Amino acid sequence: MARYILGRLVATIPVLITVAVAVFLLIHLSPGDPAVVIAGEQASPADIEKIREKLGFNDPLLVQFMTWAGQMLTGDFGRSIFNDYPVSGLIGERIGATLSLALITMVISISVAVPLGILAAQRAGGWLDRAVMGLSVLGFSVPVFCVGYAFIFLLAVWGKLLPVQGYVPLAEDPAGFLARMVMPALTLSFAYVALLARMTRASMIEVIGQDYIRTARAKGLGVPTILVRHALRNASVPIVTTIGLGLASLLGGVVVTESVFAIPGLGRLIVDAILRRDYPVIQAVILLFALIYVIINLLIDLSYSLIDPRIRDR
Amino acid sequence: MSHAATLAPTAPRKPKALARPSILIGAGIVLLVALIALAAPWLGTVDPQQINPIRRMKPPSADMWFGTDMLGRDVWSRALYGARVSLVCGIAVAALATSIGLLIGVLAGFSRLADRVLMRVMDGLMAIPAILIAVAFMALTEASLKNVVIAITIAEVPRVARLMRGMTLGLKEMTYVEAARSVGTPVHMIVRRHIVPNCLTPLIVQGTFIAASAIITEAVLSFIGAGTPAHIPSWGNMMAEARSLIQVAPWILLAPGLLLSLTVLGFNILGDGLRDALDPRMRTIQ
Repeated sequence: MARYILGRLVATIPVLITVAVAVFLLIHLSPGDPAVVIAGEQASPADIEKIREKLGFNDPLLVQFMTWAGQMLTGDFGRSIFNDYPVSGLIGERIGATLSLALITMVISISVAVPLGILAAQRAGGWLDRAVMGLSVLGFSVPVFCVGYAFIFLLAVWGKLLPVQGYVPLAEDPAGFLARMVMPALTLSFAYVALLARMTRASMIEVIGQDYIRTARAKGLGVPTILVRHALRNASVPIVTTIGLGLASLLGGVVVTESVFAIPGLGRLIVDAILRRDYPVIQAVILLFALIYVIINLLIDLSYSLIDPRIRDR
Repeated sequence: MSHAATLAPTAPRKPKALARPSILIGAGIVLLVALIALAAPWLGTVDPQQINPIRRMKPPSADMWFGTDMLGRDVWSRALYGARVSLVCGIAVAALATSIGLLIGVLAGFSRLADRVLMRVMDGLMAIPAILIAVAFMALTEASLKNVVIAITIAEVPRVARLMRGMTLGLKEMTYVEAARSVGTPVHMIVRRHIVPNCLTPLIVQGTFIAASAIITEAVLSFIGAGTPAHIPSWGNMMAEARSLIQVAPWILLAPGLLLSLTVLGFNILGDGLRDALDPRMRTIQ
């Protein structure tokens, strides 16, 4: 078991290094002199030289990368070019909104999609199955911001049930927090539910056809027991995998959703940073997103061994 | 393991039945949008760029079916011309991403060294949300449709490469490939005769899904201001301009939002149908 965990841990290192190199190179791949880009349009040659010196652009690339990676590892993400705030502070201010949105979305999606997928699989080909499959294609197809504006229009502008947009931290005003989180979380869940329901259905159909399910049925077990205890457990590895793989698109969706609902989260932060070419912020946020993705997928890999002992003993 | 939609089960198949309803409906929608894009000048449109201060933000009416936007431009006309941007982008990215992905996948399937290097890069790219890769690339270059296509292609290639690597590794084990090798057939010929032809069907299916996802990404990029130049009428640009007006002029969002969703839906339904009809192996060899 320890070997398994260690193996998975080691396997994440090359991925993280690749991401780090890509993120680091981002600024050096930009056409022209990065110092000029950072200095902005009205900079004098002296300003540019100062920036070049300050950010170490005169050193060899490898030295620059090592220095930068070292700073990243110690949690020093540098300062924003735009307003000179420490990037770690900016991230700290914004991460709460993004994590709440992502977490609420995950909870909603899993609790809607898994039962839907099970029910669809149980009567494969039936009307519920067709409806779930049809809706899931719709879920993939309607872009996040279209769903978001449909919700805003129906529930806020027309129905006047919820505030149009904005964000209040949970600690300040729990009711306001929930009222403002409902629409963004539902919006973001739309595609994720589609993905998960499809996957749940697919793997449940496969498992339901197995001999041991027939045996369980022959034994006289109730349908719910069979579905949950015998079928779902065996179908859960691909479902859990999908939860992890879908996370990248969920994080991508966060970026858009935050724009639509004016939520001051990491998504807004990086979009603003990109439009201003605020490279230290861009680098740190992309790195953070990749790190979250890798860690969650690592946890999911490790969870396989809890779900399925055969993987642990392999 | 790759595209979400490819993981869905293959429903009971009628062998090679290309006339299944999903293919007809999907292809029908895509063709309809393509026709709209081509015939935009003759479909009751005016110049999509024409500004008219007198009729700003007019709600839909008999001569302006979807109303006008904040500059008095006709929303219907802009939405129809917007179909061109989306389709060009979707099809170009699908073609580029599948060809590059095939190349990388086959290379990785045949060379250990290439496998290690290329697949690590692909894994790294896959750990970054596609939209951020595209946005980051756009931050480096100037806004143009060509750069949008490149940006989205970079984000889409890793999934294709992974799928194609899996296919190649699976096909390499096939008896006929082994036989070809044993009689000394050069690698490039094996690739051309046996590997690539067998990869084509999943590539077509994958390409359809990529077109759908590229159209969404283009709209998202434009929507957040990092995509197609603002003066070009694209659905994302239109929705970006209209976002602050949702409380006063929600109709501006309607036409681009509906057309965008419909187009993507068409590609996705088509992809589902093609996969079910053509590609029974998609789920096993990955």
